[in-house]
Amino acid sequence: MSLRSPLGRVLGLGTAKDGTGHWWGQRVSGIALAILGLWFAWSIATMSGFSHVEAVTFIGKPINALLLLLLSVTMAYHSYLGIQVVVEDYVHSHGLKTASLILSRFAHILLAVAAIFAILRLGIGS
Amino acid sequence: MAEFRLPKNSRITKGKHFDAAKGSSNTRTFAVYRYDPDSGENPRVDTYKIDMNNCGPMVLDALIKIKNEVDPTLTFRRSCREGICGSCAMNIDGGNTLACTRANDEVKGDVKIYPLPHMPVVKDLVTDLTNFYAQYASIKPWLQSRTPPPPDSERLQSKEDQELINEPSACILCACCSTSCPSYWWNSDRYLGPAALLAAYRWLVDTRDEATGERLDELEDPFRLYRCHTIMNCTQTCPKGLNPALAIAETKKMLVERKY
Repeated sequence: MSLRSPLGRVLGLGTAKDGTGHWWGQRVSGIALAILGLWFAWSIATMSGFSHVEAVTFIGKPINALLLLLLSVTMAYHSYLGIQVVVEDYVHSHGLKTASLILSRFAHILLAVAAIFAILRLGIGS
Repeated sequence: MAEFRLPKNSRITKGKHFDAAKGSSNTRTFAVYRYDPDSGENPRVDTYKIDMNNCGPMVLDALIKIKNEVDPTLTFRRSCREGICGSCAMNIDGGNTLACTRANDEVKGDVKIYPLPHMPVVKDLVTDLTNFYAQYASIKPWLQSRTPPPPDSERLQSKEDQELINEPSACILCACCSTSCPSYWWNSDRYLGPAALLAAYRWLVDTRDEATGERLDELEDPFRLYRCHTIMNCTQTCPKGLNPALAIAETKKMLVERKY
């Protein structure tokens, strides 16, 4: 039991003076994903029935490779921000929360880098 | 982790039933949450059959009738009985509202009455609002100005200026909004909640106040402000018809405006 005053508890460690960049980043990347997502849906529809060679050629076109790179990076960024919010909402043990956030950051960076590598390999050739 | 089940000693059991007086033709059942921490028993739901021919129109009238005529141990807060003091905020028919302004006729079937959700219960329908009030105090709900007031008059506002604070000033701090917010349920130790944020907004848009920057500094925090995920239960449930969700959105816009 603590005899700390209720106001003292609410004020806690003070304000982090942070969060606006995160909030704005999530919205802006959301808008970018809505646009890139439309292109991606159109691409998938176009690619249906493609042979392996045709698919590789399609992805290898500079404009398609570029858009796919943008989509992958934006998606990883947006997903990381979203999962961070979920973890902060629901995980209350400080250790588990920190570990989850670090793990999530590593996983998203790995996903983004793997996607970039794969697309470049198709676009430029191995 | 977040709690998805009530703790063992909070799980609700079936309670007692009180019948209406014999010969009453127009009855209505009220199911009321009862909890007495001193008894060591789990909370229960007691049901009261009430003769509506001898009862006022509002849920609060029925609660007062139960306390006066059926069961004097029933505990709840009430004062003004006209929706201005905020004392009788509780969960009626699944939504937070004031018992004094919710008519019994607005509720279909049995009238289910619970305390404000996810708050420590002191007894029956009385919740502990200490943290809620401390959060209100933390936003410094008073005028802060460096310009001294005119020596011979009050600080003036134009009609348009006054209209900016008109609605947010109408908050009665009943806590219906904050306790309806899932984000507040999970993180009320760090998230200020819609009521305190609406109060903060009221001072952010007050043209006489000169601490806007400092106020925004204090709010800019991943938990204090940004736990709001625009769920909008607050606006839906507000018994005064106010819009805390809009106030929070406007506050976020101010923060973006000064950053970019």
